[in-house]
Amino acid sequence: MSGLLQDKVALVTGGNMGIGQAVAEAMAREGAKVVVSARGEDLGRKVVEGIRKSGGEATFVRCDVTDASQVKALVDSTVETYGRLDCAVNNAAYEGAMMRVSELPTEVWDSVLNTNVRGLWLCMKYEIPHMLKQGGGSIVNMSSISAIFGSPTLAAYGASKFAVDGLTKSAALEYAGTGIRINSVCPGGTPTAMLARIKESFGLSEEEWKESTPIGRDARLEEMADPVVWLCTDKSSYVNGHAMVVDGAYSIQ
Amino acid sequence: MGDQFKDKVVIVTGGSFGIGQACAEAFAREGANVVIAARGEQNGNKAVESIRKAGGEAMFVRCEVADEDQVKNLIDTTIQKYGRLDIAVNNAGHGGERKLIADVSIEDFDSIMAVNLRGTFFCMKYELIEMLKQRSGVILNMSSANGIIGTPLFTAYTASKHGVNGLTKSAALEYAKDGIRVNALLPGGVATPLFDKVYGVDGPKREAVREGHPTKREGTMEEAAGATLFLCSDRASYINGACVSMDGGLTIQ
Repeated sequence: MSGLLQDKVALVTGGNMGIGQAVAEAMAREGAKVVVSARGEDLGRKVVEGIRKSGGEATFVRCDVTDASQVKALVDSTVETYGRLDCAVNNAAYEGAMMRVSELPTEVWDSVLNTNVRGLWLCMKYEIPHMLKQGGGSIVNMSSISAIFGSPTLAAYGASKFAVDGLTKSAALEYAGTGIRINSVCPGGTPTAMLARIKESFGLSEEEWKESTPIGRDARLEEMADPVVWLCTDKSSYVNGHAMVVDGAYSIQ
Repeated sequence: MGDQFKDKVVIVTGGSFGIGQACAEAFAREGANVVIAARGEQNGNKAVESIRKAGGEAMFVRCEVADEDQVKNLIDTTIQKYGRLDIAVNNAGHGGERKLIADVSIEDFDSIMAVNLRGTFFCMKYELIEMLKQRSGVILNMSSANGIIGTPLFTAYTASKHGVNGLTKSAALEYAKDGIRVNALLPGGVATPLFDKVYGVDGPKREAVREGHPTKREGTMEEAAGATLFLCSDRASYINGACVSMDGGLTIQ
């Protein structure tokens, strides 16, 4: 532990697996008190248990980010439990079915946008008032390299991530100068359940996939968590409204 | 003093004042052996002296980055003295006078390009030769917010910084599999001595600059150094070919 986030209170949605879990664990290692939030209670509690076993502080709060009252309750309970809210990592998202636009069921479109965009907006809506009261805070929205280029058969996911970056930039400007900073991180290939589903759907072998990455490998989960942690610290105090691409040069090919 | 960059060898061009000097000092505080390269011998020696007084290790090498032989000499001297090159911050650059394109002399245009773009190319060329031998290294090119937005009256500077971003991305892809990362940092207005000289410390000109920033303040040299150190650290190991904005939201307005 190096204490980059000592005594800060952090909230991570979708914190029960993948990048969200890695972020929650990294923040706890850096001294933050972490609220791990997710729909899936079992995995979420396991993450909290893991953090506590390593000497960190964490609590699980069940939350479906598509439900405004649950999001409000999540933020309120964070502030009740730990007294404040310094860092929020709005990470809950999913990719939906992989289909072309003309075949994509409306229900899938609605569901992906509802979680990835409306849910993330709801999170910011309820997080920001607490941060304003405190006079500052850092929000990191989980975007994707799908916010940079087109994503065939992932149109809903791609559109949702472009929207996340748009939301991030507008919000960053609205609250610039209040002490609140809002940025996004755009991960490239990271070994998560989501990426495994995408690889399977494209029928790509591990070798073919690796070959498509300039660095020749996927990111490690910590390589996504570290930039998120940095954006939450005061060390990035002049970085605002930035979509930080963490993709080993994938998106500039 | 920290030890995040203990025993790493770092070159900072334009390291004798402003952002470059702040970077050099920050690297030295974290345990690096720092080579300060600049045209101005007096300022350069002063910067080295102040690092040594603070208990750090540094040396000065006089270098005009527009001159290929001097750049080659800079890298050779670095290797002779410290045995390797881990990190290079290519920061030397200049802005030129505020003028409409039609009024910019060919000499002025050529001189800005010679330093900002051709000079960065020279630095990268000879740095990469060493880093390839080691199969590791990090290059950070100091670009600018002007690398992604248009700037009336600073067209040559703007073109040069757009060029630096292009150079950064191509180089990042070329060396991605060689263990070398290449990124660019894009600061907005930063309160450097040169900035004070151009816009005044106070007064209407400076106020106008501040008003133009969403945060109603410029960045500090320490903030620029902080972002530089992060991008050069192992915490950014999957960030490659990225143009990272550090401008408080200036370029997303």
